[in-house]
Amino acid sequence: MADGGATRGHGAPGAPAARDRGTPGAHPELDPDGPAAPPRKNGELVFESPWESRLFGVTLALCERGVFAWEEFRRLLIDEIARWDAGGDARATWSYYTCWQAAFERLLTAKGICAGAELEARVRELAARPAGHDHEHDHT
Amino acid sequence: MSGREPHGHGGGADLALRVEALEALLAEKGFLDPVQVDAIVRRYAEEVGPLNGAKVVARAWLDPDYRRRLLADGTTAIAELGFGGPQGEYMVVVENTPSVHNVVVCTLCSCYPWPVLGLPPAWYKSPAYRSRIVREPRAVLREMGLELPPEVEVRVWDSSSEVRYLVLPERPPGTDGLSEEALSELVSRDAMIGVAKPPAPGEAARG
Repeated sequence: MADGGATRGHGAPGAPAARDRGTPGAHPELDPDGPAAPPRKNGELVFESPWESRLFGVTLALCERGVFAWEEFRRLLIDEIARWDAGGDARATWSYYTCWQAAFERLLTAKGICAGAELEARVRELAARPAGHDHEHDHT
Repeated sequence: MSGREPHGHGGGADLALRVEALEALLAEKGFLDPVQVDAIVRRYAEEVGPLNGAKVVARAWLDPDYRRRLLADGTTAIAELGFGGPQGEYMVVVENTPSVHNVVVCTLCSCYPWPVLGLPPAWYKSPAYRSRIVREPRAVLREMGLELPPEVEVRVWDSSSEVRYLVLPERPPGTDGLSEEALSELVSRDAMIGVAKPPAPGEAARG
């Protein structure tokens, strides 16, 4: 028996991953070796949803521009994860990028870049869009 | 996040809206260019990945001088192969031997050597792995399919704000004469985190 090699992978490796994929509907189990796995040149699936990849990209883009130092963000991320670990949050299902989002919003607020109220207003605006807005062309 | 959005459709949909709103606001304020975001996402989703680390490991297996340089100064030796960048500024390479097995974690968040391994898998970031691998590494490794003999010492490396670790696995038996490329194909991401071992060529075929 191979100890899980390049060709096999681990699927969901043991208890750690399996335990934290609580709600089957919300976060379907990803089988990176399965037929439905998205193709990845490097053999990895790194984002589970498009919003995760956008959030990652936005965060890194601002860091690359020198808007903040990575360590500033990392401290907030550690704090958000610690809050989740301590159960101080009502979220039932572990979501790494939810912690990331909370940390990033705190960073933007602290830097005076984007206030919470401004963000909430824009979220409401986007939520009020009619269905099917995705299919329209952008008007620039 | 505190509070639910009035028109929320569940956590994922709420967050997708929040991220979309954030990106739009930041672009309007001149803090970012969506094209730059596209490029970053493409780089980390498709280009930067464990194949880079596998090349480093294969080179170290074949070239004793490179292996020495890699263990002495990981960052510089990895840069020799053209890999570097965010989260790879202070690389430390830890070597597995017949008597020592190394495994890497970030107990506080998700620090991980992006330039050589790409972004971390979901299980690496999970609360269970982060807390349990330190307390009971042998049990966690066993659950992940790696049974270590009791005489092998397990060393768990906790990534800090600066240092990122890469495990140099032992070269499997039966790989004499293999090319660097063929060797690199034996090196999985999990082996470089330390939760697996590279299979011998025959094992890979059977698996």
